[in-house]
Amino acid sequence: MTQPDFHPHSPTRLTGAEILWATLVGEGVTEVFGYPGGAILPAYDALRKFPIRHILVRHEQGAAHMADGYARASGKVGVAVATSGPGATNLVTGIATAMMDSIPMVCITGQVSSKVLGTDAFQEIDITGITLPVTKHNFLVSRAEDIAPAIRAAFQIAQSGRPGPVLVDITKDAQQASAIFDFDGAKPRPYSPHPMLHCTDHKLHQAAELIRKAERPVILAGHGILQARAGEQIRTLAERMQIPVGMTLLGLGAFPASHPLNMGMMGMHGESWVNQAIQEADLLIACGMRFDDRVIGTPATYALKAKKIHIEIDPAEINKNIPVDVALVGDLREVLEQLLPLLPGRDGSAWLRSIEESKGTAAVRDIRNLPDSGHLYAAHVMHDLWRITEGRAIVATDVGQHQMWEAQYYHHDHPRTLITSGGLGTMGFALPAGIGAKFACPEREVWVIAGDGGFQMTASELATIAQEKLKINIAVINNGYLGMVRQWQEFFYERNYQSTPLVSPDFVKLADAHGIAGAAVRTRSELGDVVHRARQHDGPFLINFLVEQEDSVYPMIPAGSALHEMIRRPDQNPLIETPQDH
Amino acid sequence: MLHTFVAYVEDKPGVLTRVASLFRRLNINIISLTVGRSERSGYSRMTIVADASDEAGHRIRASLYKLEDVAEVDDISGVSAVTRELALIKVAANAESRSGVFELAEVFRARIVDLAPESLMIEITGVESKIEGLIQVLNERENRVLEVCRSGKMTMRRGHHTSRVLRAMGVTADGAENPEALADNLPPIDPD
Repeated sequence: MTQPDFHPHSPTRLTGAEILWATLVGEGVTEVFGYPGGAILPAYDALRKFPIRHILVRHEQGAAHMADGYARASGKVGVAVATSGPGATNLVTGIATAMMDSIPMVCITGQVSSKVLGTDAFQEIDITGITLPVTKHNFLVSRAEDIAPAIRAAFQIAQSGRPGPVLVDITKDAQQASAIFDFDGAKPRPYSPHPMLHCTDHKLHQAAELIRKAERPVILAGHGILQARAGEQIRTLAERMQIPVGMTLLGLGAFPASHPLNMGMMGMHGESWVNQAIQEADLLIACGMRFDDRVIGTPATYALKAKKIHIEIDPAEINKNIPVDVALVGDLREVLEQLLPLLPGRDGSAWLRSIEESKGTAAVRDIRNLPDSGHLYAAHVMHDLWRITEGRAIVATDVGQHQMWEAQYYHHDHPRTLITSGGLGTMGFALPAGIGAKFACPEREVWVIAGDGGFQMTASELATIAQEKLKINIAVINNGYLGMVRQWQEFFYERNYQSTPLVSPDFVKLADAHGIAGAAVRTRSELGDVVHRARQHDGPFLINFLVEQEDSVYPMIPAGSALHEMIRRPDQNPLIETPQDH
Repeated sequence: MLHTFVAYVEDKPGVLTRVASLFRRLNINIISLTVGRSERSGYSRMTIVADASDEAGHRIRASLYKLEDVAEVDDISGVSAVTRELALIKVAANAESRSGVFELAEVFRARIVDLAPESLMIEITGVESKIEGLIQVLNERENRVLEVCRSGKMTMRRGHHTSRVLRAMGVTADGAENPEALADNLPPIDPD
C-alpha cells in the first residue's frame, strides 16, 4: 500500500479524516489510545495509512487515563480518541483527572454530522459543553479545513503555560469532506504567555533578601518542577542555601528522595517532621505547588510564623489558598535561573540539625526491615518493592491507602517515576495510567499498584494488556475493604463500616482468564520470591497481596486540623518499630 | 464588593458561556454583563459587574486571562471611569396623566421614545442611581411602571488609560505600579 505524504511540503488535498492523522503525525504523535464508534469511523477508516499505533481500550475512561499516564511518564502530549455520545462522556473522568493535575493531553471525539447537530441525533451529546469546566480549552470542528488548525492549536494549548487537557470534537461530515492540508499553514499564532506573569528584578531581589535572611527556611517542592523541568535548579537552590525540601505527592521524584536535604512528603499523610518544620519555618519557598487543602491542613493555622515566596506559572493560584509575601509568577526554571545568581550561599546547619532532632521517635517508621511476624502489611509490600526494584521502576498508583503507603515507602529518586492522580483522586486510574506509562517508556519496568476497590473500576483493561502483550507487573493490595473510606469510618464515624467491606473475585483467576500469569501472596516471607518471579516472567504478571484488613495510614492530619496536630500510630499497635529500623 | 471588569473577547460562538461559566464555577453572581462589538475587528467588548470579596478581583482577572478566547482584561473597580446604563421604561399613562411624566423625563434628561393611548416609553441613560431614581419617582406617582429593560453597566476608563497605553508608559495594568494614581490626577469631568 502506498502511504500518502502525510507531512507534505506543499499543500495537498486530503479528507478530513486523513488531515486529522496527518496533523497528529506532524505533531509527533506515535501512539493513540481509543475506541471506535459511528461518528469517528471515517477517522478510523483512514488510520491504516498513517504511522500511528492505535491501542484499543476496553472503556473510554481507560483511554483518557492511558493518554494521561503516557503524558506523565514522557512529558509529551497524550492522545485519546473516542466516538460521540457515550464514548465522549466516558472520557470525562479521565479529562477531569488530567485537568486537576495539569497534564498535557489532547482528546479527539467524533460528533454527529453538522447537519443534525442540536437535533438529539443518535449518540449526539454536547461534549464541548460538558467538558468546558474540565478542559483547558475545547473546539467543535465542523469543516474539514478547520481540523488541522484546531489540532495544532490544541497541542500548543495543552503544553504551554500551565499544561492541561484539550478536547477537539470533530463532526462526521468534517471527517468525510476534503480540504487542502497544509501543516505549516495550520500553525497557530505564536503562544503568548499569560499577561499577568510578573517576575521583576525588584521582586527577585525581595525574594533573595528573604531567602538570605531566613533562619528556618523550607522549600515546598511540587509538580511544577517536573512540568518546568526545573529539577537541577531546585537542587542547586537547596544545596547552595542549605534549605530542607518538603515534597507534595505529585512532586515526588522531582527532587531525589535519597538526597540528604529531602525531608519527605508533606501534608495529610506526610512525615510529621516535615509538617512540623513547615509550622516552625520562618520562610516557605513554594515551587510549582498550589497549597492544596491536603497539604495545608487549615489555612488559618498554616505556617503562621513563615513569610512565603510563591514561584508559580499560573497567576490565578497566587493568594488563592494561602496569602503570600512575594509572588514570582512565571516559568519555574526561568525564575529560579534568575534568582540563583542572587543567592551566594548560606550556613543552614543549625536549622537542619533541629529538624533532625525533632524527628525523635516520629522518625520511627512503621515497618522498615521488621523481622517477619507472619502478617503481611501493605507497607511491607511497598517497602520491599522499592528495595527489589532499587527504586527504578515507574509506579502507577490508584487512590486510597495504598497510594499513601506507596508515597511513604517507595522512595522516588527519579522524576516521572510516580504516576498518580493527586487532585481529583480518581479510583481506577492506576491500571490504565500504567499502560500509558509503559507505552511512553517501553524499556522501563512498570508496576501498577491498586487497591481491591479501585482495581475493579477499570479491571477490564487487563484485556488491553493481554491484547497488546505488555510487560506490566500488577500489585493488587487486597484488604477486603475500601480501605481509606473504612479508615475514615474508623476514625470519624465510630467504626460504622457502612458499605466498605468488599467481596472481590479471585484476582489471580481473573488474570488467568485474560491469559495473564499471577500469584497470591499472604505472608511477607513469600513476598520477595513472588516479586522476583513477576519481574522475570516474560509477560504481564498480577500479584494479589492479601494484606492486613484493618490497617490504617499513619500519621494523619484529620481534616480541619492543623499540620502539627497529626495522629500518630497508637503505641499498642504491633507495627511500631525501633529507631534503628531505617 | 462590586468588581467591574472590561474584557476583550473573541467574537465567536461559545465565548459568553466560557466567561459566564468561570463566574459560576467560582460561585460568584454576575450583577450585570453587557457585550457588543468593539473598536477591534473580531473582538467583542464585555463589561462585567460581579459581586465578590475584595480579594477576588485578582483571581477573577487572572482566571479570565486563562480562557483562550479572552484577549485582554482590565479590572476597573475603583478607578476613575465613566459608567453608563441605558434603560427603557414603559409607563401606564393616558392623555390626562402624560404631562406629569413628560416633566419628570425632562428633569431626568430622559426622552420619550414611544407614545400609545394607554402607555409611553421613556429612554434614559446615566449612572445606575439616576435610573433607579427615575423608577422610584415613577412608582411614587399614579403611573404604573409596566416594563423596565436595563442594559447593564457599560464602563470606560477616563482619559487615554487603556491598558495598552499604560503598558507603553511602563506601567502594568494590574495596579502593580498604581495606574489609579495616574487616572486620579486628571480633573474629573462628569456632566451628569
